[in-house]
Amino acid sequence: MDEKKTLLEIKDLKVSFFTPAGEVKAVNGISYSLGYNEVMGIVGESGSGKSVEAYSIIGLLQPPGKVVGGSIEFEGENVLEYDDEQMRQFRGNKVSMIFQNPMTCLNPVYTIGNQLTEALLCHDKGYTKEQARARAIEMLELVGINNAEKRIDQYPHEFSGGMRQRAMIAMALICEPKLLIADEPTTALDVTIQAQILELMKDLQKKENTSIIFITHNLGVVAEICDRVSVMYAGHIIEQGPVNDIFYDPQHPYTKGLLASTPRLDEEGRERLIPIEGTPIDLLNPPKGCNFGPRCKDCMKICLREKPPFVEVGEGHISACWLHFKDQAGKEEKK
Amino acid sequence: MSERDVLLEINKLRKYFPIKGQSIFKKRYVQAVESVSFSIYRGETFGLVGESGCGKTTLGRTIIRLYEPTSGRIVYDGTPIYDSEQKIAVDMLPFRRKMQIIFQDPSASLDPRMTVGEIVGEALDIHKLCPGKQERRDRINQLLDEVGLNTEHANRFPHEFSGGQQQRIGIARALAVDPEFIVCDEPISALDVSIQSQVVNMLEDLQTENHLTYLFIAHDISVVRHISNRIGVMYLGQMVELAESYELCSHPIHPYTKTLLSAVPLPDPVKSRARQRILLEGDIPSPVDPPSGCRFHTRCPYATEKCRAEQPVLKEYGPGHFAACHLLEQG
Repeated sequence: MDEKKTLLEIKDLKVSFFTPAGEVKAVNGISYSLGYNEVMGIVGESGSGKSVEAYSIIGLLQPPGKVVGGSIEFEGENVLEYDDEQMRQFRGNKVSMIFQNPMTCLNPVYTIGNQLTEALLCHDKGYTKEQARARAIEMLELVGINNAEKRIDQYPHEFSGGMRQRAMIAMALICEPKLLIADEPTTALDVTIQAQILELMKDLQKKENTSIIFITHNLGVVAEICDRVSVMYAGHIIEQGPVNDIFYDPQHPYTKGLLASTPRLDEEGRERLIPIEGTPIDLLNPPKGCNFGPRCKDCMKICLREKPPFVEVGEGHISACWLHFKDQAGKEEKK
Repeated sequence: MSERDVLLEINKLRKYFPIKGQSIFKKRYVQAVESVSFSIYRGETFGLVGESGCGKTTLGRTIIRLYEPTSGRIVYDGTPIYDSEQKIAVDMLPFRRKMQIIFQDPSASLDPRMTVGEIVGEALDIHKLCPGKQERRDRINQLLDEVGLNTEHANRFPHEFSGGQQQRIGIARALAVDPEFIVCDEPISALDVSIQSQVVNMLEDLQTENHLTYLFIAHDISVVRHISNRIGVMYLGQMVELAESYELCSHPIHPYTKTLLSAVPLPDPVKSRARQRILLEGDIPSPVDPPSGCRFHTRCPYATEKCRAEQPVLKEYGPGHFAACHLLEQG
């Protein structure tokens, strides 16, 4: 990817939580870049650091969490060096976020319209109140809320779950941000509503040319909406690549395990699931070697000693596993 | 099919919850389960799917009478345990030995002040299954071993365990009385993806070893399809379609089942982008004021006048394949 096309560049980002029990390295050195108009999926289990990483991009990390290393460059500027005022301008204007639970993220004592126009008026875009209101109605219509002129004066509790999430999306997009971070936006919703929201996000992404970082644990959702996928495990990205490569040609044992352990609606007959044994590691005492080592079927001696580096396994497809070296060594020996 | 051994028969089961604080002249109810009838065969896994608020959890709990039914009939292994017409409501204690439940939220369903051994052993004491101390300890250890926990875990408290392990404790507790029938109420939805498959496999193994019958309730259709022999689809308190699980997923006939299946995201980028999706308008109506006629008509793309006026009944359209829809009657 050449420089012009890069919207966001994260280099070796490290985020730690300083708890009484010790330092928890929630994100431990992740790097990736995101192009304009691209949808990047970040998949991982709870505690893998996927949300923490997103919160640090938008400057919402709460103590005891702290960025301890690396850089986040947005259009060439290091976001981590912003002061409060710059951050305020950046947030909402250039980057905005949709959260998992729309009920807890909307303020129950303000009308939907109030909350939508607030974003516009705060960012000094030269809107008068009337113009802002008109724009808010336009946005509500865009996200598929019928009767927007009446709805805009209602309170969040008068909206259903799916509509609240639509309102959240409208609010996030009202300042035309270049990057939208969606943190499990459909997890709290029912499948039929989830389908509606996914169609809407796909639609809007095309119309508004927004880049999206889509955080989820649902592989099905990723397959549907993302261009590229990063798989996270215990604070590290362990595999990253184009969506088709990740699903049809996964390289890392963890990615393979995740795919094999997910029941599929389209499978023939009833095959037994192949689970990943064991439980995720304790981030307070991470292992010395590969974080996935203790649960890996093909764990070797080196896996427990040293962290594996990234290996390019295909075009734009990288994976961090010692097994790739074993494969290579094996091939060379044969030659 | 009718010759198969029926373990549990449910007939026109209803569960209404009164709404408090309303006018005293006009009492209003949440009609959580409305006239549901079906049977569960011995040794099978019956899956129950539907969106949140469709009454699947209420149905599960009403069947084992954790909620007292409003009306209807429940027959367990030939014995009616509830019948509103004949005014039968038996004492459930002996039946609790046969019918157990695994709850959705493992941390909320375990008493934080009891050790794992006490939690698992409580049922043994209530039903006086293990008179001797040593015998009781052995049984608890055996149960913990069965669900993949260590015997030394018996002296620890629930908060010391991960979500997956807590769910295993919940399963051990349900197994303690050596039941025949277990209601699994969303047993894996609170767990991480990689842990879910461990628990699913374990439930399958336990079923084969202990000859269990499951009522498996979940909103994730992929999981239900995987584990169940037959599946019932619920919408707003009613059963809209019931069939063998493979048949239901490959040839759904009710419009709601079709939409539900097409909404499930597939972990396959090419397939999921190529397929046509049926999108529903709007949200589920409130069960306090359910729509007249077919409860699905407000969101159904094919709804007719008849659907608005008349309630469809569950009829058999193929071997063991039932659905409740007016459109199917017309052929």
